[in-house]
Amino acid sequence: MATDETFPLDPPRPRALPVPPPIGETAPARRILIGAAIGFLALVLALPLAGVFTEGLRKGLGAYLAAFADEDALAAIRLTLLVAAISVPANLVFGVAAAWAITRFSFPGKSALITLIDLPFSVSPVVSGLVFVLLFGANGLVGPWLAAHGLKVIFAVPGLVLATIFVTLPFVARELIPIMQAQGSADEEAALTLGADGWTIFRRVTLPNIKWGLLYGVLLCNARAMGEFGAVSVVSGHIRGLTNTMPLQVEILYNEYDFVGAFAMASVLAALALVTLVLETILEWRHGDELARSARH
Amino acid sequence: MTTLPLAAPAHRHRPRLVDGVLPGFGLAFGWTVVWLSAVVLIPLVALAHKASGLGVSGFVELLHDPRVLSALELSFGAALVAALINAVFGVLVAWVLTRYRFPGRGLVDAAVDLPFALPTAVAGITLAALFAKTGWVGAWLEPMGLKVAYTRLGVVVALVFVGLPFVVRTVQPLLADLDREVEEAAATLGASRAATVFRVLLPPLVPAILTGFTLAFARGVGEYGSIVFIAGNMPYLTEIAPLLIVIRLEEFDYVGATGIACVMLTVSFTLLFAINALQAWASRRW
Repeated sequence: MATDETFPLDPPRPRALPVPPPIGETAPARRILIGAAIGFLALVLALPLAGVFTEGLRKGLGAYLAAFADEDALAAIRLTLLVAAISVPANLVFGVAAAWAITRFSFPGKSALITLIDLPFSVSPVVSGLVFVLLFGANGLVGPWLAAHGLKVIFAVPGLVLATIFVTLPFVARELIPIMQAQGSADEEAALTLGADGWTIFRRVTLPNIKWGLLYGVLLCNARAMGEFGAVSVVSGHIRGLTNTMPLQVEILYNEYDFVGAFAMASVLAALALVTLVLETILEWRHGDELARSARH
Repeated sequence: MTTLPLAAPAHRHRPRLVDGVLPGFGLAFGWTVVWLSAVVLIPLVALAHKASGLGVSGFVELLHDPRVLSALELSFGAALVAALINAVFGVLVAWVLTRYRFPGRGLVDAAVDLPFALPTAVAGITLAALFAKTGWVGAWLEPMGLKVAYTRLGVVVALVFVGLPFVVRTVQPLLADLDREVEEAAATLGASRAATVFRVLLPPLVPAILTGFTLAFARGVGEYGSIVFIAGNMPYLTEIAPLLIVIRLEEFDYVGATGIACVMLTVSFTLLFAINALQAWASRRW
């Protein structure tokens, strides 16, 4: 039932005074507002989510499963796992280092540094891929030199990794900075006066304090790393079995009118998104006070 | 009796470049700067270098190309419309989620983040399938004369999906912290409920709504994956700016691609500064 728990009945008042307008909405108004919000969310969120799985299963479970027997599909899954396995730990280390420097020390240029960390969030994914093409492409600044030394970045796995690292760079840092800022450095300073060295302080004092926030940041980072499309699409060259990640494989299959194959692959990514959401929600329920919920976007 | 001369902490108040007693600044700061330079700064310098080859006249020429203009117009226009829709519904959703208790509220709250978690290509092909003539929604809308897939409307639909969480998530924490006493005061002073909502409750939320709106708008301008499948990608009609960058790249017109990218980047960075200024203003005011 739609009830407003925080506002029980108005206290009884003397008759002579005019009754002030009620605080909170009347029950019908509440129902209309809740209905409108849920209707909107059902249309925008639930319908597409249901659509992914329905379209994948349109020709039955057999056709759905057959989509995964394809060698190119398996290669795409392996490549996505590989790219995430490199870029997520890389940005995890970066995020911890950046949060340590930013929240435990004061130094000139700190706000500029924070802005710079945020920057990939405000760059179009396509532009994120483009910058690496301009740098490492066949006509790029260092591309020809690298090619002469036998290193191919664009239209190869290193380019995919670089573009993914670029777009997922802020996630861990953005999660950790507000948490570590709020916690302050008193615990670590106490450990320091007790004679602990830097690594011990981090491992025994800081890490236990930030572990849930760190996990939350890694979840967001991983979801984006596995699902990134625009940036990797520019640097990939769409070579089947070699440089197609799962989202790129979805695109290729869809454009070839292999809808069952495209949606089967898409449903794996959607399932990954759902698992991410469930884990996020569990973290928020259990350790909400140790997360920087309002700071993320 | 002589007093012992206290050891004067002569250097204590000397301003230091780096302040903090904990170890590890060199390593943490060094790694941060190295990583940021390698991943973000140097690539952006490469972009600026390429753009400088275009020159002022090149940019002017670029902005007179009708195909570029209509792509930019569509990206910015559709992002604006979608962000406006999300501002209205985002406030509604945030209001319902913070003010009312109803079954499934936790589930709905968690589901709001779906667009952040779902890969854009997945959203793109699904929306295209739903709104196509044979899709669940398209089959129902097209007889009414409303074509969504492969039109500019489709771009807006995709951007509403992508931008949905921004306004909800920026408004929600503020709404939860709003002092109930203020509305009680307004009510006891005789304000109608509508007056309380629109003249007492909403004004402090305006900076948060604007921040969420700007974030959704900025995201929409650069969005690619969720749009290209539903838009139809007709030059001059339903071709978005990021797609035109991809097309220019495929034509090996690197300078043209860079030019469009620079226009988009300039606007995004301006928006980023606007958001920061907005938040600074809001924290001063409330």
